[in-house]
Amino acid sequence: MKKNIWKNPAVQALVASLICIVLGLLIGYIVLLFINPSGAGEAIVSVVKNFLNYSKTNLRLKNLGNTLVKTAPLLMCSLSVLFAYKVGLFNIGAAGQFVVGSCACLISSLGWGWSWLPCLLFTVLVGAVYGAIVGLLKSYCNVNEVISGIMLNWIGLYTTNMILNTVKEPTSPYTLHMASEAPQALLPSLGMAKLFSGNKYVTIAVPLAIILAVVIMVLLDKTKLGYELKATGNNKNAAKYAGMAEKRNIILTLAIAGALAALGGAFLYQTDYEQWSVTQSSVPGMGFNGIAAAFLGGLHPVGAIFSSYFIQHITNGGAYVDLTKYSSQISDLISSIIIYLCGFVLFIKYAMNKSIAKREEKQAQQGKLASDTEKGGGGK
Amino acid sequence: MAETQYAIEMLNITKKFPGIIANDNITLQLKKGEIHALLGENGAGKSTLMSVLFGLYQPEEGVIKKNGQVVSIKDPNDANDLGIGMVHQHFKLVECFTVLDNIIMGVEPTKHGFLQKKEAREKVLALSEKYGLQVDPDALIEDITVGMQQRTEILKMLYRDNEILIFDEPTAVLTPQEIEELMQIMKNLAAEGKSILFISHKLAEIMAVADRCSVLRKGKYIGTVETKNTTMEELSAMMVGRNVNFHVEKKPSTPGDVVLDVKGMTVASKVHKNNAVKNVSLQVRRGEIVCIAGIDGNGQTEFVYGLTGLEPLVSGSIALCGQDITHASIRKRSTSGMSHIPEDRHKHGLVLDYTLEDNMVLQRYFEPEFTSKAGFLKRGPIREYAEKLIEQYDVRSGQGPVTIARSMSGGNQQKAIVAREIDKDPELLVAVQPTRGLDVGAIEYIHKQLVAQRDAGKAVLLVSLELDEVMDVPDRILVMYEGEIVGELDPKKTTQEELGLYMAGAKRDEVSP
Repeated sequence: MKKNIWKNPAVQALVASLICIVLGLLIGYIVLLFINPSGAGEAIVSVVKNFLNYSKTNLRLKNLGNTLVKTAPLLMCSLSVLFAYKVGLFNIGAAGQFVVGSCACLISSLGWGWSWLPCLLFTVLVGAVYGAIVGLLKSYCNVNEVISGIMLNWIGLYTTNMILNTVKEPTSPYTLHMASEAPQALLPSLGMAKLFSGNKYVTIAVPLAIILAVVIMVLLDKTKLGYELKATGNNKNAAKYAGMAEKRNIILTLAIAGALAALGGAFLYQTDYEQWSVTQSSVPGMGFNGIAAAFLGGLHPVGAIFSSYFIQHITNGGAYVDLTKYSSQISDLISSIIIYLCGFVLFIKYAMNKSIAKREEKQAQQGKLASDTEKGGGGK
Repeated sequence: MAETQYAIEMLNITKKFPGIIANDNITLQLKKGEIHALLGENGAGKSTLMSVLFGLYQPEEGVIKKNGQVVSIKDPNDANDLGIGMVHQHFKLVECFTVLDNIIMGVEPTKHGFLQKKEAREKVLALSEKYGLQVDPDALIEDITVGMQQRTEILKMLYRDNEILIFDEPTAVLTPQEIEELMQIMKNLAAEGKSILFISHKLAEIMAVADRCSVLRKGKYIGTVETKNTTMEELSAMMVGRNVNFHVEKKPSTPGDVVLDVKGMTVASKVHKNNAVKNVSLQVRRGEIVCIAGIDGNGQTEFVYGLTGLEPLVSGSIALCGQDITHASIRKRSTSGMSHIPEDRHKHGLVLDYTLEDNMVLQRYFEPEFTSKAGFLKRGPIREYAEKLIEQYDVRSGQGPVTIARSMSGGNQQKAIVAREIDKDPELLVAVQPTRGLDVGAIEYIHKQLVAQRDAGKAVLLVSLELDEVMDVPDRILVMYEGEIVGELDPKKTTQEELGLYMAGAKRDEVSP
């Protein structure tokens, strides 16, 4: 029997993700048509083109760099989500862990004058502890990780605002510029900036995030720890029966997930690309986008690298929409429609499997008809 | 054309799955008003055939006829509309609803959107009288016996005016006395014109109640026989393809040192305030098989949980080979020489989404043989080890070591667990219902393995609900009733009737451990 390549899970994941992307662009286009038909095509093209909207190579590289700067933290958040998901946990708390990570790196650099490496390590520690709280509540008090995760997102946000109030600029709600106030805490560029025609925001965060994606993949697939964690996620009872410390595993998983998301915060703010606004009253979307990126990437660490880049590509591309034809929120709207559709990967996979099954059934029926006529000759 | 004598016919059904033909040209014809048994080993294709009948699978070939008319069954609703009903092995009842509520669920009589329970109650009471199905319509499911729960399931089918009733392994959970009652009920139903399909492994029951019996083996249809013209030996040979030894061959036991010594074990219950296990003391020696017998739910499960460390003890102590393990972790107990074939292979025994090879090392993956010092799994040795066990214990699967455990048949899943637990070379093997839901061939095989362990000087503690197993396999029987050991019997001297009396709590001795 011929193997059906559509049944290969990797192919399915890829195709499902691509269908989501196309659907997202299509719906985005339709929305633009409703708002202002004259510029819709042009707008969607400029979103997709992102840095290619520039004609000069050095400007293209510089703006590609800007997309990459924000891809690194998104990738960290999506790794955090998918790692927990493999262990059967839904880490919606990644958003809050990203926030406390941002807080940890900003206060340790701007407030205490630490240099970049201690800042990173401190961030990892804080994120791990913050994630572990969810794990402790889950394993010892049976509190659902989604509930406690959402609560901790808000606790994290306001605590961060309060703490970072001490290192903000006197005249604005933003934290101090790291480049001028705490240059020792900036992540080293290691020549990365040169690659992107002097974009000083591109740092080791980008390669580091990719390396961490590979580390997570190896951890899940090749190690004893990954074997235990996935067993716990798949069947808690069997894990317990096999003598695994299933409570410890849940806590450990969320601690690792927390550390990953928190590192995302450091990867963004230790480049000085953005500053934290201490008056913000909603949890930054980075952690939530991480959920979309994780699913769009087929819940695979390598897939997450590409999906994170894509989502950030679209988000940055939104800035190139012609603002004389559309209001300034349109870029966010388009990218959020696409991100929203990205969450449909599992649904598309399901639909694909169903249609394969249907087609096979049809073929079987036809095959049966054919063999029936053949048999007719033999007679029985 | 004369009216057909068949209520339902499944003609030349073929259903394929990747790498396996689950049903290969199977024909099953159920006469009106008969009790028709469907017999087959695990993986013989009984479940697939029933799924086809209920529209869960569409067959590649074959047709289904009702009263001679070809019908198309696309989903379970179609099956319901055709009057086909099933009592599942694991009941589908809402625990916190009353019997009446469960019966009418899904087909509630309403008037202007309000429930009309009075009519429903009258209909249920009439049905229960007509067929001798005693139930208390207002009792909550969680408060009634398993037998009454089963009668509720039967009433559910009758309430929906089903004509074709399917019983999937209905006796597995019943006491001998309840089994008698069920047999009578089935006969009453058939006498009233209902057609019954009775899926079972138990040859004695088939001989007692069925009119005809169809046998499947490895997805193929072997034949249909009239039970009055056949014998149990013939049926089992048809099912397994060879002659099966019903009796477990074993030499007299020669018990040696005490391996397991349990003193005054008390374990709390998860479902009620009383303790599920009350002050149980027992010993298992080298070279003997001790069986804990009893009706399901009398504390056996909790006893095993306490013994293996899945649940903490309220009081008491456990010693394994003289070493106190009362407070030891599950891992410590396992590495100290305790193997455990769990009662529920899906809940505890396997990680269903893991491959067969990963499941084979579930109790040993951390050993240096399979994990490097740096914490990486050694894939090569794991594959070799899995292949060795698969070969040695004849575990069959679609793709060998990389088969996902979920896709394997129940019997082969169980064989994989047995292989894993026995190959650990334990001092004490705790086997809880190791043959539940398995066919005669696999049961024979597992019983042989247990006896082989005994003969190799290991201690075996068997927990079983099956009377045949209890009478045949062990060297000593301890009967558990309401969390206590109420009798110690010698399987060579006792009878099933005596055992039944102990299991039902009608008789008890003062047992000294």
